Amino acid sequence: MAETKTPYSEKVMDHFRNPRNVGVIENPSGVGKVGNPVCGDVMELFIKVEAGIITEARFRTFGCGAAIATSSMMTEMVKGKTLEEALEISNKAVAEALGGLPPVKMHCSVLAEEALQAAIEDYRKRSGTV
Amino acid sequence: MERVYLDYAATTPVHPEVIEAMIPFFREKFGNASSLYSFGQETRGALEEVRQRTADFIGAAPEEIIFTSGGSESNNMALKGIAWTARERGGRILVSAVEHHAVSEPAAFLKKQGFEMVRIPVDGQGVVDLDFIRREIDKKPLLVSVMHANNEIGVVQPVAEIGRLCREREVVFHTDAVQTVGHLPVSVRELNADLLSCSAHKLYGPKGIGFLYVRRGIRLSPLIHGGDQERRRRAGTENLPAIVGLGKALEIAGREMEAEGVRLTGYRDRLIDGLLKKVPDCRLNGDRDRRLPNNVNISFAYVEGESVLLNLDFEGIAVSTGSACTSSSLEASAVLLAIGVPAELAHGSIRITMGKWTTEAELDRILEALPRVVAKLRAMSPLYPGGKNG
Repeated sequence: MAETKTPYSEKVMDHFRNPRNVGVIENPSGVGKVGNPVCGDVMELFIKVEAGIITEARFRTFGCGAAIATSSMMTEMVKGKTLEEALEISNKAVAEALGGLPPVKMHCSVLAEEALQAAIEDYRKRSGTV
Repeated sequence: MERVYLDYAATTPVHPEVIEAMIPFFREKFGNASSLYSFGQETRGALEEVRQRTADFIGAAPEEIIFTSGGSESNNMALKGIAWTARERGGRILVSAVEHHAVSEPAAFLKKQGFEMVRIPVDGQGVVDLDFIRREIDKKPLLVSVMHANNEIGVVQPVAEIGRLCREREVVFHTDAVQTVGHLPVSVRELNADLLSCSAHKLYGPKGIGFLYVRRGIRLSPLIHGGDQERRRRAGTENLPAIVGLGKALEIAGREMEAEGVRLTGYRDRLIDGLLKKVPDCRLNGDRDRRLPNNVNISFAYVEGESVLLNLDFEGIAVSTGSACTSSSLEASAVLLAIGVPAELAHGSIRITMGKWTTEAELDRILEALPRVVAKLRAMSPLYPGGKNG
């Protein structure tokens, strides 16, 4: 392993190198897919909801270091939260949990927030709670 | 683990002989070349020696060489210098669609000032449309600027032909030769260039120094006023250590360039063939044959370039990417888009550029690492059809 020096925090690089919860959930409660390949990032988030609580979250992301790290961190942060609590997680909170992002990369963290909102909306549609 | 540097088009390490040549000009030979006493005259002598060597290197006369701070200044000086000597605003400036920002942005700036900017289109291989230039040249533009070779995709433009067209119609022709001087033979006579930009740090010289060749008789408004240096065309105390470094770098290039070109062309072809064979769903960007000996630019579908770059960096391998995510503009490489690469593939582009200290063993390293990194990222990409629930 070579010593590396990137514009990212150690925590971002940890989540980028060893992303948590990568993959898909079979028979998910909700799925959110946001972003656009033309713009260089797409995130797909799968959630499992039991009794109003997110018990599992998995993701797949096409994107830069910040996009992958925020995706990974988001799946960690939503686990065990109620839908209402989860919806309160902002992109800023995810970035903060990662020890911050370079200013030019803040927009990447919006992807994770939007994916979560889309997944919860999808769950609510499926379960008829909307 | 030894680090592997494969981004020579971004910048090169300074050759040890260049550093040696520069040192006396920081220490005992520090005089201002404009001073009349011996301290100054010593450095003045060195300055004019390098000017002669630089001129010889590109087939010019010494008074046609203006030392600048590098490629960006040379390009800015060429475009603005020509535009600002025009008596009235509104003249046309032709610039290719694949120019470096140091040409395209001064051109955009001049457009804001009232000049007309015309983009010369390129084909899918990255080569400029000569017929377009032929037609446009009859409208007597102030300036045509087409780079000698592209910094991203390495495509070598038919510059001699463009220069001939311009010379026939007495249109001023500038070429940004930052990627070629010291790597390919460059003769301003053969290229019919009126203006030519060069930067030393792309050929194992120091950063912060370069030159602009200005053909005798071409009128150019200076960018920097304030002194008699460079025949009043570029004020500022001459950066002697760097100028001497540039001279040494050119001297070394003169003796090594040809053999290096052959060696690197072999490496380039090995990398291109190896990567195209090992990785499915990828494409070479830019013409395969009209190409700098050291340039490989490949797009890998379903992955994003910065992620690839960072993963390679973890293994000590340095490359670059045309992805939006490494630029502050958040747009994918304009060069790749101009040659018709779809945006999602432009985001997945990786540029590998080799140089003097590149070894076969380093090629082995990247040929092993890159396919593995791409596979790892594809496995987590929602775009990858080979993935689950694709």
